[in-house]
Amino acid sequence: MNSTNDLPVKSADETQALVRKSLARRYRAEKRFRAYGAAAVLAGIGFVIFLFGTIFSQGASVFRQSYVQLTVTYDPEVIDPSGARNPDELVTADYQSIIRAALRERFPQVEGRPNLRELYGVVSSAASLELQQRVVADPSIIGSRETLWVLADDTVDMLLKDKVSRSAPEDERRLSDQQIGWIDALAADDSLKLRFNAAFLSNGDSRDPEQAGVRGALIGSALTLLITLLLSFPIGVGAAIYLEEFAPRNRMTDIIEVNINNLAAVPSIVFGLLGLAMFIALFGLPRSAPLVGGLVLSLLTLPTIIIASRAALKAVPPSIREAALGMGASRLQMVMHHVMPLAIPGMLTGAIIGMARALGESAPLLMIGMVAFIVDVPSGFVDPATALPVQVFLWSDLPERGFVERTSGAIIVLLLFLIVMNATAVILRNKFEKRW
Amino acid sequence: MNQSSKIRPVPEGTKTIGDVTVPEPVFSCRDVDVYYGDKHAIKKVNIDIGRKQVLAMIGPSGCGKSTFLRCLNRMNDTIVGARVEGMIELDGQDIHEKRQDVVQLRARVGMVFQKPNPFPKSIYENVAYGPRIHGLAADRAELDEIVNVSLRRAGLWEEVKDRLNQPGTSLSGGQQQRLCIARAIAVNPEVILMDEPCSALDPIATARIEDLIDELRESYAICIVTHSMQQAARVSQRTAYFHLGDLIEVGETNKIFTNPQAKLTEDYITGRFG
Amino acid sequence: MSPSILLVLIIALSVLAFQLGKTRAIAVVGGQRRIRDLHSLPGHYGLLTAIWCGLPALLVFLAWVLLQDAVITRLVIAQLPAASQALPEAQLGLLLNDLRNVVAGNVSPEMVAPETRIAAAQYVQLRDIAELALAAIVVSIGIVGMLWVRAKIRPDLRARNSYERVIEVLLFACSAVAVFTTLGIVLSIVFEAFRFFSIVPVTEFVFGTNWSPQMAIRADQVGSSGAFGAVPLFAGTLLISFIAMIVAVPIGLFSAIYLAEYAPIKVRKYVKPLLEVLAGVPTVVYGFFAVTTVGPALRVAGEAMGLPVAGESALAAGLVMGIMIIPFVSSLSDDMITAVPQSLRDGAYALGATRSETIRQVVLRAALPGIVGGVLLAISRAIGETMIVVMAAGLSANLTANPLEAVTTVTVQIVTLLVGDQEFDSPKTLAAFALGLVLFLVTLLLNVIALYVVRKYREQYE
Repeated sequence: MNSTNDLPVKSADETQALVRKSLARRYRAEKRFRAYGAAAVLAGIGFVIFLFGTIFSQGASVFRQSYVQLTVTYDPEVIDPSGARNPDELVTADYQSIIRAALRERFPQVEGRPNLRELYGVVSSAASLELQQRVVADPSIIGSRETLWVLADDTVDMLLKDKVSRSAPEDERRLSDQQIGWIDALAADDSLKLRFNAAFLSNGDSRDPEQAGVRGALIGSALTLLITLLLSFPIGVGAAIYLEEFAPRNRMTDIIEVNINNLAAVPSIVFGLLGLAMFIALFGLPRSAPLVGGLVLSLLTLPTIIIASRAALKAVPPSIREAALGMGASRLQMVMHHVMPLAIPGMLTGAIIGMARALGESAPLLMIGMVAFIVDVPSGFVDPATALPVQVFLWSDLPERGFVERTSGAIIVLLLFLIVMNATAVILRNKFEKRW
Repeated sequence: MNQSSKIRPVPEGTKTIGDVTVPEPVFSCRDVDVYYGDKHAIKKVNIDIGRKQVLAMIGPSGCGKSTFLRCLNRMNDTIVGARVEGMIELDGQDIHEKRQDVVQLRARVGMVFQKPNPFPKSIYENVAYGPRIHGLAADRAELDEIVNVSLRRAGLWEEVKDRLNQPGTSLSGGQQQRLCIARAIAVNPEVILMDEPCSALDPIATARIEDLIDELRESYAICIVTHSMQQAARVSQRTAYFHLGDLIEVGETNKIFTNPQAKLTEDYITGRFG
Repeated sequence: MSPSILLVLIIALSVLAFQLGKTRAIAVVGGQRRIRDLHSLPGHYGLLTAIWCGLPALLVFLAWVLLQDAVITRLVIAQLPAASQALPEAQLGLLLNDLRNVVAGNVSPEMVAPETRIAAAQYVQLRDIAELALAAIVVSIGIVGMLWVRAKIRPDLRARNSYERVIEVLLFACSAVAVFTTLGIVLSIVFEAFRFFSIVPVTEFVFGTNWSPQMAIRADQVGSSGAFGAVPLFAGTLLISFIAMIVAVPIGLFSAIYLAEYAPIKVRKYVKPLLEVLAGVPTVVYGFFAVTTVGPALRVAGEAMGLPVAGESALAAGLVMGIMIIPFVSSLSDDMITAVPQSLRDGAYALGATRSETIRQVVLRAALPGIVGGVLLAISRAIGETMIVVMAAGLSANLTANPLEAVTTVTVQIVTLLVGDQEFDSPKTLAAFALGLVLFLVTLLLNVIALYVVRKYREQYE
């Protein structure tokens, strides 16, 4: 047997010399490899920072909006020529001309139709609505004078926020030189300034950027998510309990499991096709409704919730199940009394993450028509509605400069919701996570 | 490396009984401490490891024998929170010294693990891996030669010579462990560390590995951790007995097994605990 | 009676049934003190009664609500004058649309044709009848169920077992929803796709290189048939997915390697979630980012280098999609890398391998099947991604491999063909379903392969 010891082998010194020789090259390779890794991580972090930085720098200004201070005269001749204080007449009166009169009063030197039209363009069309609301709410102000802040036009807003260049040639700007002059004059005596923009959260959609808000989309998203949660959480948890605790090991169970895993990776737009063909075309449910959106999104989030809930059930140690069964509890009692209380936090975490995903989802909602221009805030599950990410999509398509800011602003609102949801999920998990 | 190193004096106050030192040691360890976080896993161990002989380390589980073994080629570096203090000299050179390169150290001190861990590569590639990364072979023919010799010395050649391209994981447990030994000796190390190399094997495979260790002893210093006293008695020339992080007794295997000096050693060997 | 009131009624009836069953069970054994003689707890008898009262009623209710509209519409159509019934399907659809609008009150009855007005009145009448009938049926089912169980209650009735059996069936039904969803997807897509292929031959769809689905309004207009060769869409989808993978795979894989093998635990703890933030950002945000930032930046860069970059280039969409997929690749790779047992790493380190040698030649090699599976999943995700391409890629069906030009993708076309009001039967809308079928099949295939590979890989190291 000792024959193998006579086999030719390099001496130890020779080997060591070779190893030493290879070292420099190998350590260079090591450094290079490590640098690639670090570069990749830095690139990833860089993307996160760049993405968020871009969105926030474009959108943070949405929470402040330009307002013009005007002194208006509620002229009875214009508002209520008949003097009857008839509410219908008060609503339909020409408040536009009151605003215009106030502007002419502020800039008496402006003359000629084209120049006046430019002057009127400084104030948003929402200003007359504001007057209308005030008069309808309190008709006694008719005949009085009032100094108030009204919305400026979005072009003015963009100029005030330095989002458009003053130095560009005049014909490439949406504001003329004389308009900029008026704006500067207004700004100089503090009659034009940026004020907190509550309207962005309380208004519905609009064609005018300065009036457009996310309330309609927020309510639409909330209604949709409510349906999603009500459907997908109970069904998802039920399915998870069945698969983890009751399912026999047979073909049927295998089919279900494979199905769930595959559904989790089906593109979301395919769920939209399902919603369109099934819920709308076949069952005749209304288009653009949060009800249908919720149905589609619950099918979409179901796999996520099932998988998370199963993981939560798996994390409960078998000893607890054995203890319960050993006391003579039935399987269902064991699950309900002993396993579920321990698994619920994990299931809730999964549900929140699923809801966060549903909140950000837009492709399937396009398919079922939740993509229309809807001014009214939806008030029920079958009203036409849109959702927050779809609102982002709609606004991003509009040419006005003001809508870029609105879009970023809507994204900020969307991201804030997502951050809150995910943070809740993380806190929940950390609080209840137990190592057995 | 044949420069003879002087025997290092053993520090005062060592509690170890027996012959700590040997002439011309490969390794001299003095006052070695190992901590895992707050846990003091190895306490002031002093021991020499001789050339061309097998040192067996025995002791109850959790006594620190594997931990100590992993100090010798600095495998503890890969464990987060592990800290080694004291001096470990390989051929008179401290292995924790800045100059000492860990890659080079491990090329000199090979290791075989408890569970066979062939790489997910072919049998040939498993053995060729070490020579390849260290640049030991100038060309393919030389590499073939190294693989051939290593597999022969590990006693595996006859069994695998027709299927060198099959994955290493296709072998049986005992064969896999011999493949791991072949992989270790392909780098031509001076010392081979074996961490319970037979604990995952059946008795027949174990016997083959033990024969192999006996043969390899003629070329290498071998340090083997084992939980089997019979194995220690069969394969080793010196035996060290560890207990709760202390090295209790070390000496010639015959002496340890027939006439242990320490009470703890005697209790363990006669089977009172462990 | 409106559906929501009926729903509350069913719940109230069930609560009543619970009380009834419980008191009956106690009465049967002769009082509270003798309930030990019952097989189950009194509450179980209550639950059993409640479930047999509420569940059948609820199922009938749901089925009715879902089918009511379809049935009534059919009945109304049958009542229409023969001339209207003979209308081609498309015009009948318009008529029904009017009808629905009248019923919903969106359009005043004076604005539509007289026969529609009559039909709408019929519809409303039928709906009122149906709702009354539903209420009557549901309530009687509930009461019958309740009384039936109540009559059966005896001390030896195994109420708990029966009740749990029903719950188990319900739980099974929950998990079967997943199967029905798949079935629903397959049926709805396949059905519409086949209608499309009966108009446009499969071969033209799969091999044709000209895509212009615009249908003429009048039959005699030029090009009225439209062209449905989907090859440019497939090519565009692949081009954009390819660009995305070129970005995502190296960055994702290398950051996974760095975080798993090199980074200190603290760094990993903070950086990993930071990267995963990218996965939580809605795709519509990426789309906006591509349109407003990356697209223009590429154009400027292209001009500086004298390259013509289209306003909606495949490159911009692909780059941004790649960024979106980075965390997907990195977290899957991370799972696979950390699944490689430490003993393999030890084996390599013990031979004197450096860290990168260990990673490249042992860890990655061992994790390769898993990583390939992860990349396949990522590709499937890129192919199915919709919003980024809808916003950042164009509509022009160019057959090109030049990433600086505009291309269109399968998902973009599905959205374009289906958004807006179209009649449901034109080849144009049906084409969207044919594209959906292709998309579904391809992603399904990729997923099945990927999940199989990943599962095999995990089993190997369990």
